[in-house]
Amino acid sequence: MYDQALIDDLNQKARHLRRNIVLSIDVGRAGHLGGSCSAADVVAALYFYKMHHDPKNPELRDRDRVIFSKGHAALAQYAALAQCGYFPESELPKTKTLGAMLQGHPDFLKTPGIEAGTGSLGQGLSIALGMALGMRMNGIEGRKCYAIVGDGELEEGQIWEAAMAAASFKVDNLVAIVDRNRLQASDRTENIINIGDMEGKWRTFGWEVLEIDGHNMAEICEALDKADTIKGKPTVIIANTIKGKGISFAENQVGFHNSALSQEQYDRALAELQ
Amino acid sequence: MNTKNQRAAYGEALVELGRKNPDIVALDADLSKSTMSAKFGEAFPDRFFDMGIAEANMASCAAGLSRTGKIPFIHSFAVFSAGRAFDQIRQTIAIGKLNVKIIGSSCGLSDSADGATHQSVEDMAIMRVIPGMTVLCPADAVEAAKMPAAMAEHAGPVYMRVCREDLPVVTDEAAPFEIGKPTVLREGSDIVVFACGSMVAKALEAADKLAGELSLRVVNVSTIKPMNADLIEQLADGCRGVITAEDHSVIGGLGAAILQAMARHPKPTVQIGMQDTFGQSAKTYAELLDYYGLTADKIVEAARSL
Repeated sequence: MYDQALIDDLNQKARHLRRNIVLSIDVGRAGHLGGSCSAADVVAALYFYKMHHDPKNPELRDRDRVIFSKGHAALAQYAALAQCGYFPESELPKTKTLGAMLQGHPDFLKTPGIEAGTGSLGQGLSIALGMALGMRMNGIEGRKCYAIVGDGELEEGQIWEAAMAAASFKVDNLVAIVDRNRLQASDRTENIINIGDMEGKWRTFGWEVLEIDGHNMAEICEALDKADTIKGKPTVIIANTIKGKGISFAENQVGFHNSALSQEQYDRALAELQ
Repeated sequence: MNTKNQRAAYGEALVELGRKNPDIVALDADLSKSTMSAKFGEAFPDRFFDMGIAEANMASCAAGLSRTGKIPFIHSFAVFSAGRAFDQIRQTIAIGKLNVKIIGSSCGLSDSADGATHQSVEDMAIMRVIPGMTVLCPADAVEAAKMPAAMAEHAGPVYMRVCREDLPVVTDEAAPFEIGKPTVLREGSDIVVFACGSMVAKALEAADKLAGELSLRVVNVSTIKPMNADLIEQLADGCRGVITAEDHSVIGGLGAAILQAMARHPKPTVQIGMQDTFGQSAKTYAELLDYYGLTADKIVEAARSL
């Protein structure tokens, strides 16, 4: 369905995006490596394939929007924004340093291309719902507001407040993408709170549910395109992912939620992402 | 004295504002008939959202709406809109300096029957401490009606509390309302009373009771934040003591803000307000105000003690 050259190009961009994540974490400072890397392919597909946006005009009126509800993984978004040209890639290694444009969690007043402040988990889907409603009221057709939420984040009750409201208001320009990497800060998600039938939960809340391999670029593009055809209700894409994807020693490791990289790990990660 | 309802005045004023400004939208958490945002909903059904009993979602959703150019007014009882959604207001509205207006209705003890769970003794304190937040508390219905337009003009988040009960009209219909500007309602030279909300009328009553004995200057401080220390000092000039009066905890509200403003040149001060306690159910608001000492007599007593 998709040209292989396109998919190869997106995969290459995702690899570069992961490299940028590592550069922004740097050596010896804690950084949210795992959850940023699990979302990297979805983020690459959004910014380099799907979304209508303009790095020269971040506030473009009829842009598509993306909210990182799992704000700690903003490193993936920062990387994408830098690659798109919202700001120079040289800003990335300064992430989380005093006075930096790139904060520990998204701050739209400081960073071009960031849509909202997130980081206190569970709130980004509500923000995205408000934006989707506002876009609808403003008569902006054919555009979407995407919210990337973590699977651990679904433990926050506000997610389900937003889910009910979005279905009630028939907000079909809202797409939630669950980065289902099955790990959270302190353990495997199922060992903390077992969400059970995730797909069924969203469906009974009135959402269209698509489930994909969140590291298969063609499947990601297909789901994003399919969401455009769903009318009268919001869509959730459950993206099954691997935390730390792309960095062998970090993959599926609870320990790489927010940890510092040694010089050796840093070098190895960059080497793997050539 | 002529009494009027703040909620009704607020609700009508919001509709009026909505007519003038198409960017105004209103959200409520299933209390729109009480907060009177329902009037806006009737006038502009496409710009009104009943979010259900979900204050957290309402606050963050308003943040999103404001990022599309809307000016959302969000409504619930003060105890919920300020308390339950505190984190959402802080994280998604205030840090981004977003143009969201938060209405805390049935404030203070004014939801008399419903008891401690529904009475907000802390809302001004928790909103005041948020960096960049503006906090308003109108003295009567006339002032409440002027606030929505001023809030819409002001860029950034604003919290406004609204009393449930009818209150005496104490402000001048013709006087313009300006955020940050206290107004002297009664000239006096011995003691200055800084009051807000329903306690402004009580302060005026106290001034009447003391006529011939002590001269009370009564100042309506309807902007709790920002508070201009120079202005407060000027308003206290010549008086030997200060009384603060509010239907709110003495910790963190008007009284605390006045003390902070007076810190450079302090004067003996008595704070009338809730003394680190929750409210309780009662048949009437007046009964509760009496029980907790939020009365003209207590202001009289305080003035004599200074």
